[in-house]
Amino acid sequence: MPPGFGHADLLRLAAIPLLPLVAFFVQTLLGRFGPRKGDWIPVLALGIAAVLGVVEFGKVIIQKPWDPAFRAEWPGLFDWIPGAAGAKASFGILYDNLSATMTAAVGLVAFLIHLFSVGYMHGDRRYASFFAHLSLFSFGMLGLVLSDNFVSFFVCWEVMGLCSYLLIGHFSEKPSAAAACKKAFLTTRIGDVCLFLGIAILWTRLGTFRFTELWEAVPRVLAENGGAYPGWLVAAGLLIFGGAVGKSAQFPLHVWLPDAMEGPTPVSAMIHAATMVAAGVFLTARAFLFLSPEARLVVALVGSFTAIFAATIGICQTDIKRVLAYSTVSQLGYMIAGIGVGGIAAGLFHMITHATFKACLFLGSGSVIHAVHTQEMPQMGGLRRRMPITYGTMLVSTLAIAGVPLFAGFYSKDAILGSVLAHAMERRSLVDALPAIFLFVAAGMTAFYMFRLLILTFHGAPRDRHAFEHAHESPPVMTIPLFILAFFALSGGWLFGRSWFLQLGKGLPGMVEPTGHAAEVEHEAHGLALGGSLLAAGLGILLAFAFYQWKKLSAAAWAQRWGAVHRCVKNKYYVDEFYLATVVPLVLGLTAVQRWFDVRIVDGLVDGAGALGRLGAAISGWFDRWVVDGAVNLVGWLTQLWGGVARLFQTGRIQTYVAFGVAGAVAAAALVLMA
Amino acid sequence: MERIAFALFAAVALGGGLVALFHRSIVHSAFALMATFLGVSGLFVLLGADFLAVVQLLIYVGGILVLILFGLMLTRPDPAERKVRRVAFVLTAVAVPAALLVGKIAAAGRWAAEEGKLPEPQPAARELGLLFLLKDAYLIPFELAAFLLTVALVGAVYLARQTPPPPPPEEPR
Amino acid sequence: MSLGAYLAVAAALFVLGLAMMIARRNLIYILMGIELILNAANLNFVAFSRHAANAGTEVALRGQVFALIVILLAVAEAAVALAIVLHVFRLFDSIRPEDPDLLRE
Repeated sequence: MPPGFGHADLLRLAAIPLLPLVAFFVQTLLGRFGPRKGDWIPVLALGIAAVLGVVEFGKVIIQKPWDPAFRAEWPGLFDWIPGAAGAKASFGILYDNLSATMTAAVGLVAFLIHLFSVGYMHGDRRYASFFAHLSLFSFGMLGLVLSDNFVSFFVCWEVMGLCSYLLIGHFSEKPSAAAACKKAFLTTRIGDVCLFLGIAILWTRLGTFRFTELWEAVPRVLAENGGAYPGWLVAAGLLIFGGAVGKSAQFPLHVWLPDAMEGPTPVSAMIHAATMVAAGVFLTARAFLFLSPEARLVVALVGSFTAIFAATIGICQTDIKRVLAYSTVSQLGYMIAGIGVGGIAAGLFHMITHATFKACLFLGSGSVIHAVHTQEMPQMGGLRRRMPITYGTMLVSTLAIAGVPLFAGFYSKDAILGSVLAHAMERRSLVDALPAIFLFVAAGMTAFYMFRLLILTFHGAPRDRHAFEHAHESPPVMTIPLFILAFFALSGGWLFGRSWFLQLGKGLPGMVEPTGHAAEVEHEAHGLALGGSLLAAGLGILLAFAFYQWKKLSAAAWAQRWGAVHRCVKNKYYVDEFYLATVVPLVLGLTAVQRWFDVRIVDGLVDGAGALGRLGAAISGWFDRWVVDGAVNLVGWLTQLWGGVARLFQTGRIQTYVAFGVAGAVAAAALVLMA
Repeated sequence: MERIAFALFAAVALGGGLVALFHRSIVHSAFALMATFLGVSGLFVLLGADFLAVVQLLIYVGGILVLILFGLMLTRPDPAERKVRRVAFVLTAVAVPAALLVGKIAAAGRWAAEEGKLPEPQPAARELGLLFLLKDAYLIPFELAAFLLTVALVGAVYLARQTPPPPPPEEPR
Repeated sequence: MSLGAYLAVAAALFVLGLAMMIARRNLIYILMGIELILNAANLNFVAFSRHAANAGTEVALRGQVFALIVILLAVAEAAVALAIVLHVFRLFDSIRPEDPDLLRE
């Protein structure tokens, strides 16, 4: 236990995820009846949780020099499934630099999103349950980052999966929303199964769920295996990364995230910035030690490919939220790629900064949608004059995401670019260089499509007069979160972020401090990356202005010239269609086979058993009918027969009775006389 | 002399019985029954029970037979009553061996008297009627019998004059 | 005359009375049959009374007293039975002995 940390901290930390959970139950059961439909309950809970998170985080960073190995752990607070030491499922808290940072960031962003929702969701039919689900969602993420073992981690992971389903499908009357929430749930489920299998492999081999014990066990395993990763560990690492691919919407499981835009905008912000997708990155960081070098390369390639792949799609989208969605996918690719090449700190840094400016962008877009009631950018334009606050905050965030110096995104993205470049320069092979190439190109594209969004929305002449006339600035409850998030987007880099994450990175399990030649290469690479990223961002911004602001270049003409390519990109590379044509029929076919198996074999067995049972019953029934009943009936029949005989005498006629009486008397007399 | 009287009375009694049994008319049967009662009364005299013979005449012929005739008058004649079941002939045929058998048993058993004759009757048997009126003889049985008779008659009157309940509902057999 | 002769007549009378009870199809015949049977019984009583004449006055009179009681009983029986017959006639509108077969139920 680090100095200065004790029981009070445990209570505070435990309260952070529990407050939203309690709020969820209270809101679900009683919220509807409360004043304002109970929206203040989750908001208050999240507010307290955010304050607690920030306070605890403050306690961690206030101590100088920063301890990279800072780690406070309270395992086994509550045994969920009792069992032997390694086999039981318990809830505990692991509070290290990473979870401290995440707790503070997630709590803060989630709180701001709650606050924003009060304005955005005003008058919604399911206002109360929306807040309940949002609160549960926050519980999932906060519980996840504080988990000390894989079981509770997985529980929270799945809670988030459920909440994403509920929240994306909030407007369940819309068929598209209903489809989107199903898609999100099923797609992430693929990743969840992978994660579960990975956890299962780790547990069967290492006999524990706890992160700290697993981290200690891995070097032992490596030492026993001569420094190489054994096959099962490689498989476990890749499977766990598969979970992250699903949750963080990496290629090829990225398809659910853009569709998740069907949910209310605060939900989009929640998923994209603070919770859902960040969980995958967080998981990759936590599980970094389980990844073999080859697996890390796979991670880097998947991430970087996703980054450029999503960025190209983002260029061609017209729906403001979809652009942001693909932007998120792309930025997540950055983080994953950064972690894959060993720059865990860079990836996490980018995740935090991204959380702030992407949340700001989403809330800003929500504010815009709230004002003009459309999501199509071609119908906007010129909103700058109508919504100055929204415009200003979004501009800051756009600058941040584009990687303009002094803004948060610049530092984090630069760190990632430096890491991948160092990786490429060190390994000197094409495969290792691919992530760097992809990410630099994607950086330019990011700047381009983000400024395209900004210009199309806020600059120029209003293209839809009617919408423009009705547009108005959002209420303070919506703009204040924007301000706060924009502040972090502006200052998150230089205020403390960079140095803090450099320090944090040193303490993460599996991190090795580069030495000698590697250190020199890294230094060199970071210098190069700085120039490269500045160049890419500048080029992107310039092109965006050339196309959309100054109209020097015609987007339509370019689209015409590259017709086939444009169509392909605009349709998201037909990935959805590809899945519809291949995976879905495959799954359906598999289901049909299973159904056949079920109907023919399983049902056949059941039916056979039933038929056997019926046969037995028939035999037993036959026995019953003929033997048991037969005996009974025989007795009855004999009785009846005797009764029939006796009945012959029972005529009811006095005279017959007399005759019988006389006959009897004569017989008796005869007997007496004989004797 | 006694034999002739016995044969006569026995013949009257049994003949009356036979006619009563087989005659098609119930009224004739009733009158034939009177002959039987008269014959039995004569047999009583032969047996030295004079008082009983008189009582028999009085009660049976004067009472019961009249009662039966009233009963006939109060009911409707039924054509079916004119028929005699065949069993009557069988029983009549049985009557002869039965009588012979009983007579043989009486002659051979422990009731057999010396010389096969009945002893002379007790003188008191002839004045039985007086004994019924004597306080230390049969007064109490006599009075009890009278009481019984009264009760029976009252009961009979009660039964006969009561309005009968409606016939029971026809039930499927 | 011997005891056996009287007993034989009584037995024949009894069988005739019995036949009358069984064979005729009128309730009143049953009554008449009963009277015959009672007469036969009385004849037996009196004959045995005579048979025991030597055994003392009291014993010798027993049979006659019993016969007298029987006669009284016959009167009572006849009265009540006739009332019953009338009742049956009103109830079933018939005096056939086979009609009142409620005992069968």
